[in-house]
Amino acid sequence: MVSYNRRTLLKGGAAFAGASALGFPAIVRAQAAKIKIGHLVPLTGFLGAIGGYAQLGVKLAAEEINAAGGIMGKQVDLMSEDSVNPATAATKAQRMIEQDGAALLFGEISSASSLTIMQVAERNKKVFFSTGARSDALRGKNCNRYSFHCDIPNTVMVNAVGTALKQQGLVKGKKFVTLTADYIFGHDLLKAAKAFFSANDATLIGDELIATDVTDFSPYLLKIRQAKPDVVCCNLAGNQVTNLVKQYAEFGFPYPLVGFNLNTGDAWAMGEGNLSGTWPTVWYHTLDNPASKAFVAAFTKKYDKPPENHAWIDYVTLKLIAQAIETTKSTETDALIAYFEKETQFDIMKARKGYFRAWDHQLVQEAYPFTVKPKGEMKDKWDMLVLGAPVPVANEPLESIYPMKAQNPCEMKA
Amino acid sequence: MQFAFLLEQVVNGLVLGGYYLLIALGLSLIFSVGGIVNLAHGAFYALGAYISVEITKRLGFGGAVALSPVAVALLGILFERFILRRFYTSDPILSLLVTFGLAMVAEQAIRIIWGSPPLPASIPPMFRGSVFVGDFLFSRYRLLILAVVAAILLGVWLLLHKTSFGRVVRAGIQRPDMVAALGIRLQPYMTAVVMLGVGMAALAGAFFAPISIVHPAMGSEIITVAFVVVVIGGLGSFWGVVLAALLVGVVRGITIHFEPAAGEASIYVLMFLVLLVRPRGLLGERIEKFE
Repeated sequence: MVSYNRRTLLKGGAAFAGASALGFPAIVRAQAAKIKIGHLVPLTGFLGAIGGYAQLGVKLAAEEINAAGGIMGKQVDLMSEDSVNPATAATKAQRMIEQDGAALLFGEISSASSLTIMQVAERNKKVFFSTGARSDALRGKNCNRYSFHCDIPNTVMVNAVGTALKQQGLVKGKKFVTLTADYIFGHDLLKAAKAFFSANDATLIGDELIATDVTDFSPYLLKIRQAKPDVVCCNLAGNQVTNLVKQYAEFGFPYPLVGFNLNTGDAWAMGEGNLSGTWPTVWYHTLDNPASKAFVAAFTKKYDKPPENHAWIDYVTLKLIAQAIETTKSTETDALIAYFEKETQFDIMKARKGYFRAWDHQLVQEAYPFTVKPKGEMKDKWDMLVLGAPVPVANEPLESIYPMKAQNPCEMKA
Repeated sequence: MQFAFLLEQVVNGLVLGGYYLLIALGLSLIFSVGGIVNLAHGAFYALGAYISVEITKRLGFGGAVALSPVAVALLGILFERFILRRFYTSDPILSLLVTFGLAMVAEQAIRIIWGSPPLPASIPPMFRGSVFVGDFLFSRYRLLILAVVAAILLGVWLLLHKTSFGRVVRAGIQRPDMVAALGIRLQPYMTAVVMLGVGMAALAGAFFAPISIVHPAMGSEIITVAFVVVVIGGLGSFWGVVLAALLVGVVRGITIHFEPAAGEASIYVLMFLVLLVRPRGLLGERIEKFE
């Protein structure tokens, strides 16, 4: 990054003042005519690996929007930065709104950081699309009218995998041990998992809370063996999932390992023969529909690898934002909120269209359970997953797998 | 039964301690001889892992574990010759800054060369699964690591205590001025010590790549634990580092047995307690030049 001392810049500016009397106003006009959008995503830490994909996705979306003439004829000025941790995320969000003049914000994967950005959005009355955070609480007790949620919430992941597990006879009467990420996301997921176990005659015989920076899982694995469960269930996040799965394969335990949270990037990072069991996902690059295929082709052409699910959701979100501004002819917060609260249907590269539910701002969409492709059938190293049928099935309403108002109440202050 | 489970955690902690040892021993050696706190040590661990993943694709796992430390040790020559050597006699803050900067450069270099998404890596099938030794369950793969660490430990101890090379290095730790007065240049020895140190870190990286995530920041994640081990063990002490590595592994295992959420915090509490009672570390020697 090039940065100039303000004084030097002033001196230089004074010297050129006469000569550039014609040039400068044009530059100022061009800058004012840009629409600034702030994007925050973890690029370091335990979610950094998947955050990298999100950034690739938004960059592609911004390029495409600008190449097609921008939004309302204005170019998009995308600021995309590492959100680092909840405190830094909030600071950067505030700076992007206050100093950089961002019209709105989107991004994030960590539920903890997303929560702090949501508070900044509310304080500043700017819209924030939380693209990758999954905690139910963000849509429930922590909800606010400025925040929208694009990823599937924990309850949906539990329902998606749970449906598949029930079909495999792995739930009723079974003893579960869970491993839970020790922050808001994990606690929230454990709550959803417990609700699922008790509704389906399964018992939870042990739970281990695990710090996000743990790399060695051997002591926890020994405890799992001591507990002798029927099924081991992973409620971890980011690098934790990759590390657990690798070490679970290392110890070679007989109990099936399943999980209520996984991102494709974590699976790709694991290596051959390590992943097994049933897991949930929100999107995969092999989905067979025209919009998805076009996106995968463009992404692969640019980056020489297929998009991960965070690349997808951040790409889709920026496109939805562009569409909303274009339609409402405004970057005003109230106009944008009203647009999305109408429950407009969007093509989000899935068989069924999605929409933001008005009362909690959740992007209601299909989810998928998946299992792992046998080695011989993989076309390439990215082709790891076999998607199950979308959840919910085609004739059921999309909202049937989402938390209802009574379960996850959200009160938005006007 | 509860006791047997606890014992199992203790034994597993010892195995894990062996892995910490590979990283901490080099860190301690470089500090003892050169007086340099090598904050870039984790970068060599990460490089060891990345290079081993590359070599595994061509020559298999055995080749990777053998060659990756050699490759990193060769890099260590450049590191010592062109960077560390300038800082042996200067203010320690300078070497701290320079190795800290180098750690960041190395992390970014890894991002540029291999990209920021993690690299996949797996254990060779024959080392998968666990075995029972007596009543204790072990991962087959970690037993392999333990055997190699034990062999290396023995080798390093023999090198330091039974060879003329070792005598010079040990004398250099205590009285570099006397070594110089005897007409021995310490610099080539220092090059060898750095090669040995970063080579061991790379070996740890190569061994851990198949069972933990291989990503650019892996070096900065491991360096903290390595420092905790060195500080608890005491600077300049070979057995102090060994003892501390095993202790850290065991304390973490026992804590997780009783209070899983406190697992990572336990090693820092341990460090705090040790420093409170014995500021120079468990077996730390009094080193004149650092007084």
